[in-house]
Amino acid sequence: MKLLLRGGVAAVALFVAYAAQADEEANLVINEEIEITVRTDAPEHLENLNTIYSGWVFRSSETQALQMDDFENPGMIYVDNALEAWSNVEGSEGKSCASCHGAPEDMAGVRPVYPKWNDAAEEVRTIAMQVNGCRTEQMGAEEWKYDGGDMLAMEGLLASVSRGMPVNVAIDGPAQSMWEKGRDIYYTRFGQLDLSCANCHEDNYGNNIRADHLSQGQINGFPTYRLKNAKLNGVQSRFRGCIRDTRAETYGVGVEEMIALELYVASRGNGLSVEGPSVRN
Amino acid sequence: MKLTRRHTLLMAFGSAAAAMLPLRAFAAVEDEIAAFTGGAAVGSEGITLIAPEIAENGNTVPIEVDAPGAEAIIVFAAGNPTPAVATFNFGPLAAKQSASTRIRLAGTQDVVAIARMPDGSFVQASQEVKVTIGGCGG
Amino acid sequence: MAENVTPRVRVPRDATAGEEITIKTLISHTMESGQRKDGDGNVIPRSIINRFTCTFNGETVIDVTLEPAISTNPYFEFQAIVPESGTFEFTWYDDDGDVYTDSKDIAVS
Repeated sequence: MKLLLRGGVAAVALFVAYAAQADEEANLVINEEIEITVRTDAPEHLENLNTIYSGWVFRSSETQALQMDDFENPGMIYVDNALEAWSNVEGSEGKSCASCHGAPEDMAGVRPVYPKWNDAAEEVRTIAMQVNGCRTEQMGAEEWKYDGGDMLAMEGLLASVSRGMPVNVAIDGPAQSMWEKGRDIYYTRFGQLDLSCANCHEDNYGNNIRADHLSQGQINGFPTYRLKNAKLNGVQSRFRGCIRDTRAETYGVGVEEMIALELYVASRGNGLSVEGPSVRN
Repeated sequence: MKLTRRHTLLMAFGSAAAAMLPLRAFAAVEDEIAAFTGGAAVGSEGITLIAPEIAENGNTVPIEVDAPGAEAIIVFAAGNPTPAVATFNFGPLAAKQSASTRIRLAGTQDVVAIARMPDGSFVQASQEVKVTIGGCGG
Repeated sequence: MAENVTPRVRVPRDATAGEEITIKTLISHTMESGQRKDGDGNVIPRSIINRFTCTFNGETVIDVTLEPAISTNPYFEFQAIVPESGTFEFTWYDDDGDVYTDSKDIAVS
């Protein structure tokens, strides 16, 4: 595997001219008013990095432009759908999200601290788990598919009202053991290609792997509209894609390892702004 | 040359970087162009095509066409399975004969824009867009 | 019937007579190209928006013929002259016969 990376590093010299299409110094202001922190000092627990960067910084200028305006951002189509769903009464209790939570804007501050420990449920919960918890326990409605269209649209809505706020997930207290589990997974090599998350996203961000311009793998921008499949994508689906790309058997969406990984990776972005729904390739 | 593993990898990386699918044949689109122009001669002044040099993803490539005074602009993707992309017909209330949109490109190829002017003449602009595939984008 | 097809348009609310304005339009539509195959290897038939028009008080601003190479969620940006107050009408025509519309009023001072 060292051979692969060594060859890759040499070939990167061929790439740099092409990769110049990305403007890594650019700043992101959405709708000319929401300032997004796309680069900042790495959080203390992150020993191997000095600066953390949002995935936005690594994309081509055309892709970056798509996120600067809510009309241009194709991910906002799904947020509009979720806005409608927000007021839909569903389930045996005759409630909608709005009945308890008010307007979506009132949910600002929620996305930046997820995944987080839920005392009543005695577990670390991702936003999807919390939404389904509300649906089944409070609304008497059916669960949404974890990474299905309805859930991702709602995640997009919840992210959008927190844009500009710094990610701030707790890594201590009751969440600590999950966080440590996630950290261990992050640094474990998997699959036939024997790659860990860190091999690409910590050791080689900014370089190219084949034709891909590697980011730091931050998830402050999720859910993200990928140009590749022209729809919103969730964090855990993306993890599955990455793990599959190391030619490993991937974890299922929603299992403990995925929750742990999501918590840990989110904490690597503490300080970056919530950006979702973002636009990536 | 002796193909060591490193050589093969470097060649693979180099070629993947430049997305060297065989450059799609321009000839395939000539019939469609002729259908639009009626075989007339095509000039090159007065039309602008803006497209990225490298498309981050072939699924959604932003382009812009502009031909002051044109009646219509037709856009082709010379290497797509079906080259026609769109035809923009401008009405009397179009402030500029320009339009932006997002298109799909199946691989590295030339994007061609041809404008029909009110006097029956045609002008054309084209640009190669590199479409990268492969990588760990999943 | 294509599902969940929602048009969105952005038009300034007001303008001066004869001003050139920028209009942006987006419609959520899969734009099934006819090139993809399903799990069994059968071609998924083409099903796209094939035409988009924008008129103002009945006069054409732009009339676009779309082919399968237009991306999912077709987006168009173009410029219009606004001679007087009135209404922009936007129309999208689907292969399956459906027609989607949206309209925006603009006040001219």
